Amino acid sequence: MSVVTKYVLFGIDDSTLTAGARKIEREFERELKAANLEDEIKVVETGSMGIIKKGVVILIEPDDIYYTNVTMDDVREIVQEHLLKGRPVKRLQYDGKVDKSVISFKESAQELKKQNRVVLSNSGIIDPENIEEYIAVEGYEAFATAVTEKKPEEIVEIVKESGLRGRGGAGFPTGLKWSFTAPLENKPKYIVCNADEGEPGTFKDRLIMEGDPHKLLEGMAIAAYAIGAEKGYIYIRGEYKLSIERTQKAIEDARKYGLLGEDIFGSGFDFDIEIRIGAGAYVCGEETALINSLEGGRGNPRVKPPFPGQKGLWQQPTVVNNVETLSNVPSIILNGADWFKEMGTEKSTGTKVYTILGHVNNPGLIEVEMGTPLKEIIYKYAGGVSGEFKCALVGGAAGAFLGKDMLDVKMDYDHLGKYMAVLGSGAILVMNQEACVVDMLKNVMEFFRHESCGKCTPCRVGNVHLCNMLDEISGGKGKSEYIDKMLSLSKSMQQSSLCALGQSPYLVIESAIKNFEDEILEHIEKKVCPNNICEMK
Amino acid sequence: MKKEEILRNYEKRKDNLLYILHDFQDMNPYNYVTDDDMQLIADYLGLPYSKVYGTASFYSMISEKPRGKHIIRLCDSPPCHLMGSVDILDVLKDELGIKVGETTPDMTFTLEKTACLGVCGVAPVMMVDEEIYGNLTPKKVKKIIADYKEGKK
Repeated sequence: MSVVTKYVLFGIDDSTLTAGARKIEREFERELKAANLEDEIKVVETGSMGIIKKGVVILIEPDDIYYTNVTMDDVREIVQEHLLKGRPVKRLQYDGKVDKSVISFKESAQELKKQNRVVLSNSGIIDPENIEEYIAVEGYEAFATAVTEKKPEEIVEIVKESGLRGRGGAGFPTGLKWSFTAPLENKPKYIVCNADEGEPGTFKDRLIMEGDPHKLLEGMAIAAYAIGAEKGYIYIRGEYKLSIERTQKAIEDARKYGLLGEDIFGSGFDFDIEIRIGAGAYVCGEETALINSLEGGRGNPRVKPPFPGQKGLWQQPTVVNNVETLSNVPSIILNGADWFKEMGTEKSTGTKVYTILGHVNNPGLIEVEMGTPLKEIIYKYAGGVSGEFKCALVGGAAGAFLGKDMLDVKMDYDHLGKYMAVLGSGAILVMNQEACVVDMLKNVMEFFRHESCGKCTPCRVGNVHLCNMLDEISGGKGKSEYIDKMLSLSKSMQQSSLCALGQSPYLVIESAIKNFEDEILEHIEKKVCPNNICEMK
Repeated sequence: MKKEEILRNYEKRKDNLLYILHDFQDMNPYNYVTDDDMQLIADYLGLPYSKVYGTASFYSMISEKPRGKHIIRLCDSPPCHLMGSVDILDVLKDELGIKVGETTPDMTFTLEKTACLGVCGVAPVMMVDEEIYGNLTPKKVKKIIADYKEGKK
């Protein structure tokens, strides 16, 4: 009998797949066989390792050594040198390329380890397509404890006490949301997972589903038990092929193991999950629009109230939660509300998953405690800015521009709220001095114009006018009164639009003007784009 | 598969509408749903034609007009925009000789812009049919298009 002594873990995501991860994986298997190591060393596929734009990424365990930009030519060397002789291949080792003025080199190599992972605790470590690996890391233990030892009300109470807030953008307290639906007698009730991730620059939910789909299923099952739902739907956007495949496999495996279906754990609780696939509409991320889409119609938002908690899918009580929110639930049940509250700030507990992009040295995915300053996220975890920092668009298109003076802001719902900014979906798009604010703002507004569903007038018409003004400004035909006009128009859209889509432009416009009025005025008065990006007509 | 067979796979429930539309589009050589298709679906589900058309036209992944064999979706959301998607768009327009929303006369390519594809780590990004291409440069795009033209992909 042979004992497995080492694992070669392949981080599989779009970034590594496009770099040819599968081909290199097969090459590894060939080389290991040639070296007679195939019984001792196992090649395992896992989710994203959070290192993006660095080609094929592998992790050798238990040595804890990451290799990036691995090519076909490197495979033999890694096998011969590292796996056979125990000498790591230095030139391929991940060094984090951290801005050394901010943080010492030694620290940087350990950055990945230092992230405080709850949601992503298994991502990049276990094989997401193997339910037994999830079970081996206490998977489905929280669900078992919940249905066999606790009453639904107790679960709602624990989640309430933990302070968990919705990770989709709005930050509504999750336990409170559940507590509205749980006592209702009106059956059937539904739990819907919002996996229609469309906020520009956000792909955390995709990587959660690809890296650890069972954690989401477990969170959903616990939520269903708490609110008394027998049926759950995961609404995944149509573009997320790998997420759909992996989540579907996870559902089928969970059914085989009796973790979904009838009389789960002999408790008398029945619950099953179905995947629904979207067809490309940003607005369907809004919960009532999502419900309309689930019912097979246009994804127009509904007038609230009644809220989905009372009247949602097919007019039945429905709780809609984001992927990241639900993926927090198993750990909370397992470790208790106090454990969760130890992380983060007083009113924003736990961790947050961010996607950090743009002009940074290490774009990628990180999970850190709520309240971690923006500066630390950019310089410590994302390796600093390539070029000189200008601003960051935080929260996606429905977010706000944060300038240099905001680098020290703590990233959580309340601190950002104080500065008229939002945490949103957790997308951080960093721009260096070469970026043009007018150009970016115009791009954001074109996005809103395109995605407006057209149901309510302020959003449908307002976005067109905002786009036209920005178009003129970027073409050297803007007027100075446009600044006030854009502010007042977007303000009235914020006050009168039905859903968050029409309400969002104000924040991004206001923050752009607050931070960069001079730059916008230069476009208008001097008809010059300082960075030569806008084409003056 | 025949259209009637597709319909029979689904219960006569309104929430199957999007799935049926997807299936009809996939079986059409020009990647779209015809007027007759929509009428057929409406009759099957017991919905007015306007409801089916209204739903089909709402979603960007469903088309009501003929499209090429390969659909190129270029992302122009803020992260890709910042990393230079405009230059990529220019190359695509030049190489294909069409504008956004148009199809080449030989019905090989349709050029579309898409909202964020969630692969911003490798921006700028485009999707050709089901395949995602990241870290695009003008040179890379030319090569990809050439490969499709020659039938290598």
